[in-house]
Amino acid sequence: MSDETTDVNETSDVDEGTDVDVAPAAAEPPPPVDPNAVTVNLNGRDIVATKGEMVIAAAQREGEYIPHFCYHPRMDPVGMCRQCMVEVEGPRGPMMVVSCMTPVGNGQVVRTDTDDVKRAQEGILELLLANHPLDCPVCDKGGECPLQDQAFSHGPGESRYLEEKRHFEKPIPISDLVYLDRERCILCDRCTRFADEIAGDKLIHFTQRGNNTQVMTFPDEPFVSYFSGNTVQICPVGALTARPYRFKARPWDLDQLESTCTTCSVGCRTVIQSSHDELLRYQGVDSEEVNHGWLCDRGRFNFEAVNSEHRLTAPLVKTESGLCETSWSSALDGARSLIADALAEGGPESIAVLGGARGTNEDAYAWAQLADAIGASYRDAQLGDGLPVGVLGLDRATIEEAASADTIVLLAPDLKEELPVLYLRLRQAAEKRGSRILEFSPIDTGLTRYAWKSLRYEPGTQRRVVENALADGEVAAQLSSGSVVVVAGRANLAESVDATVAAIGSLLAAVPDLKVLPALRRGNVVGALALGLAPSSDDRDAVAALKAAADGRIGLLVLLGVDPLNDLPDADLARRAIAGARRILSVDTFPSESTQRADVVLAAAAYGEKSGTTTNIEGRVSPVVEKVTARGITRPDWMIAVELGAMLGDRSFGADHPLASAATFDDVTAAIAATVPSYAGVTFEAVTARADGVLAGPIDAELPIAAFEAPTRNGYDHRLVVGRKLYDRAVGTEMSRSLAHLAPGAAAHVNPLDLERIGVADGDEVELVGARGTAVLPMRANPSVARGTLWAPFNQGGRAIEELIDIGAAIADVRIERIG
Amino acid sequence: MTILSPYPWAPGFYPGARPEIVTSRFRYEDSHTLARYEATDGYEGLRSSLARSPEAVHEEVRNSTLLGRGGAGFPAGVKWGFTPAGVWPRYLVVNGDESEPGTYKDRLLMECDPHQLIEGSLIACYAAGLSQCFLYVRGEMPLAHERLATALDESYAAGYVGTNIMGTDFSIDIVLHSGAGAYVVGEETALIESLEGERGMPRLKPPNFPAAVGLYGQPTIVNNVETLSNLPYIAREGATGYTSIGTATSPGTRMIAVSGHVVRPGVYEIINGSTTFRDLIYGDDFAQGIRDGNDLKTFVPGGGSAPWFCPDQLDVPFEGPAASAAGSMLGSGAVMVMDSTTDIPSAALSLVRFYAHESCGKCVPCREGGTWLLRLVQRIVDGHGTEDDLDTILEVGQSICPGDMPHASSERLGLEAVPFPYKMTTICFVGPSAYAPIHSAMTLFPEEFAALVAPRRERRRIAVSAEAAS
Repeated sequence: MSDETTDVNETSDVDEGTDVDVAPAAAEPPPPVDPNAVTVNLNGRDIVATKGEMVIAAAQREGEYIPHFCYHPRMDPVGMCRQCMVEVEGPRGPMMVVSCMTPVGNGQVVRTDTDDVKRAQEGILELLLANHPLDCPVCDKGGECPLQDQAFSHGPGESRYLEEKRHFEKPIPISDLVYLDRERCILCDRCTRFADEIAGDKLIHFTQRGNNTQVMTFPDEPFVSYFSGNTVQICPVGALTARPYRFKARPWDLDQLESTCTTCSVGCRTVIQSSHDELLRYQGVDSEEVNHGWLCDRGRFNFEAVNSEHRLTAPLVKTESGLCETSWSSALDGARSLIADALAEGGPESIAVLGGARGTNEDAYAWAQLADAIGASYRDAQLGDGLPVGVLGLDRATIEEAASADTIVLLAPDLKEELPVLYLRLRQAAEKRGSRILEFSPIDTGLTRYAWKSLRYEPGTQRRVVENALADGEVAAQLSSGSVVVVAGRANLAESVDATVAAIGSLLAAVPDLKVLPALRRGNVVGALALGLAPSSDDRDAVAALKAAADGRIGLLVLLGVDPLNDLPDADLARRAIAGARRILSVDTFPSESTQRADVVLAAAAYGEKSGTTTNIEGRVSPVVEKVTARGITRPDWMIAVELGAMLGDRSFGADHPLASAATFDDVTAAIAATVPSYAGVTFEAVTARADGVLAGPIDAELPIAAFEAPTRNGYDHRLVVGRKLYDRAVGTEMSRSLAHLAPGAAAHVNPLDLERIGVADGDEVELVGARGTAVLPMRANPSVARGTLWAPFNQGGRAIEELIDIGAAIADVRIERIG
Repeated sequence: MTILSPYPWAPGFYPGARPEIVTSRFRYEDSHTLARYEATDGYEGLRSSLARSPEAVHEEVRNSTLLGRGGAGFPAGVKWGFTPAGVWPRYLVVNGDESEPGTYKDRLLMECDPHQLIEGSLIACYAAGLSQCFLYVRGEMPLAHERLATALDESYAAGYVGTNIMGTDFSIDIVLHSGAGAYVVGEETALIESLEGERGMPRLKPPNFPAAVGLYGQPTIVNNVETLSNLPYIAREGATGYTSIGTATSPGTRMIAVSGHVVRPGVYEIINGSTTFRDLIYGDDFAQGIRDGNDLKTFVPGGGSAPWFCPDQLDVPFEGPAASAAGSMLGSGAVMVMDSTTDIPSAALSLVRFYAHESCGKCVPCREGGTWLLRLVQRIVDGHGTEDDLDTILEVGQSICPGDMPHASSERLGLEAVPFPYKMTTICFVGPSAYAPIHSAMTLFPEEFAALVAPRRERRRIAVSAEAAS
């Protein structure tokens, strides 16, 4: 029973009105009354409730727990389980009503403690248990089960049910991740409502009728939802279990800490649960501002990667026989000499620090301080796949502001694929809160069906399409009435970032009051950019650094958890840069293609193995915590940077350096709070004191907006759109056993009508010929791709489509050639 | 059994020397055609209504105290007043999903006089300010569906339905919809769900009542077929013409279906309020008494879900408050008669089985409790039950209907009546309906159950003394 109850004493202002009643009526005007406040008599005492809320919510806030199963505060009530029966005084005497669907009313008299109420509640519990298998000893939910708990607290304690129970085949997989046990199911409609109402993936529903009712998928259509894990979490019995956790632990053996998910940059609040020093489960925590309790499946289940046997467990140095494990002292000494050699040979200009968006704020800050000490000016937490840091200098919206805006303008990648829980919030905004979504995108996205208007553009032409839309009277009227939030991100990796920036510029010019929510993807990219890992200028960003490396001008390439050979959209540039960099120092949790080329690999502690803070897209700083011991002898990134900072000779951190005596992550957090103006006061205590974290201040950066015109496409070519899917070859996904096989695989998607014109069938292999190179991929007919464009998912293995991307080009056009 | 009706085209219907409000055309074999309808005052009620203001027509209906015939008996004119002003569109949904066991009056009205229903629907739309009408006909009534479809074609062609009806600026479209076979869809909110294409599961009211938030979230009036079929008469004859028949609180006539062990089972249009169950069961003009000269044992006064009456209640009139005070309800207008040869536990079992089977599965007490009751009663009827099972039936019933359960009085057993209604833990009446028959049977005929069950098993409890526990 995780439901929160507020201390009754906190609402002591309830009684303040009584003094006025005693005073002469005409003497004073009554105090201002909240127009939405109503007084309800609950079990004989008057409580104040808010108009529109349900009796169950008001009673629970006042400390009267009413048992329930189907009621969930984040979903519409359905009144299905009948467990929350109470008596409400009606015109014909007390009436038995369900408190989850009875709104509070002024003067309402509610009793939760009469004999009839108790009898009804006990009766319902007995009925719920009648067909429940009571296999609690082997049930994952046993010990944290609302049915078990409420049978204990509100049940009759005895069953008179002597009949044979319902039987079903059990459990059955309803998706790759979720198993369904229909015998345990009490048909509360939570999972089915979640799938329909919250996720928008109406793939599970009731079948049959009456006593044979069951939850089921449609025939041959599994419950393929990015949010399926939430149904397991909200299931009030053990009917839905998640494959990664089944039979792994008993709830009372789990130890848990609250943390923040850093899989993407939404920053969902979680609890991390472990047993015997092994991560076993993440659960969503309800944060009003951020995730409403939901998580995506990738964020929920990628703890498996932390436990992976492929992890780096010790630092490595290159020897004659390849990379060999070594001690920290020799590895750090090796790193020190790499830095010293590069400084001696090429000076600070020959050192580039890339990455850092996967760690904590502390990691990013410490490495930025180290880069400062070295004097390295090439640095970038993004890898040519994001937006200029200036986008963080625009008036920033919070997620809640975006999800309650009158107009939400999407100039972003498919949020369902990249920032899934933000997708949930914006979907809810459009479905329930009356927000209007105005979408600009090159292909259909998850939010297209909820959009007020969804406008397609050919890559490179978004500024023109935005300006045409702004000239439309209806759009202009919508944008000028009420709040506007632009969700801005990179919809296409095969197109110059300037195309998106120019479109943002047009919106800013037309709607000066708009706020921007950056849709950048990596977990702590905003924190890393804010804390010193942003390029100082355009010609010092990741692309410039890698071009310099390819030209032989980089003496030392420092890779902080990035693998350009897989992460950089431009495959050719990545290859040439890794080959051209004289030395490579890699800090990583897993071996990768890039670490294989490194001279020294410093093995880092992973998520869940280190504490600190993280910053989400809003600038909200919240804690991440160490729940299990770091694997092998791995260390947190910040610690490595602090140690190296003491080994740089005359460039070492001085005695007055904020990190000179940093010994714990706390010290680093304090140093950030003391030295970074936008993080002033953001200490670990401050961040953990509030459930929703602390919003960091604005970042001082300008977004330079340049004119951009894309070249026109000839009729034989298709314009390339490369976007991300939720499941790709990212290391956290690939190393999670349950998620790795969910990646859809590389393919080239075109509109079915185009497919006909080219003369190939769905599934045929074709050769894609671009200005930069060629790629062979299977063809897919996909009606959500506009005619004339070719969409391909990024990083699906094999590096095929990435061969066609020239990161310096405005756009990429490809010709589709039949093979054979 | 051969159905002896003077009108073979209206099987089961028996006319009598009584006022006819809704069955006046049943005597004609072609009563369902537009030609016959027009020749017998057809669409005159609509014509005269359109000449008046909608408010005036609404007032007329309100004054007529026309009570809903679907089961709850709520005044139709009052119900129409619950729609919020200025919300468009707003719908009339005609509940033709007649499926209460024992009830077969709406089917006859739809089969024999479809135009009367169409005209009534149009008058309702006009008076209550509704913009579209949906006719939901039970899927198992193909003839009713066919007759209504034909009648709609005729009335569209004749300009009675559609745009600019009878040359006025009043326009209504009527959509005919066939049900898919679920008893619960006779409940108005489940019917709305079904009409929307969802599972036929009732919606909880409150917070939202269909009159404010109904079909597709719009204000919706749901009226029964018989209720609407009364409207042409009221429109023609006025409220005074209507209230001159029946009693002040229950005016007009009422269609009652009598089934079971009577000499002449059938549908009768009776005078509302003043007719008693004795008239209906024993009257020469009605069911003509119990078959084979047997004695009356018990009867269900208002459809399968109503608590039962005994010969003690024969003089209760067809008036809602009187039936409630006697411990049951008039419901949907179906009287099921059981004579002295009836095996009461078996009769109760067949009703429990029906309601357990028809549970939609939404509310736990009905979904789990209904089937549990069925198994208990089945075991008792099979001769394997114990006295414990009898206790359990009443205890499971408490989980569906907590508190006092209504039942009739019995002089034989020295029982006082417990008035209707009951408290319930379910959204709709399907759950309580599974319990009501077995509760009535066990209350009014305890000896028949006692004869079937084995004695109570001795419960062995392990006593834990205070010393032992400490």
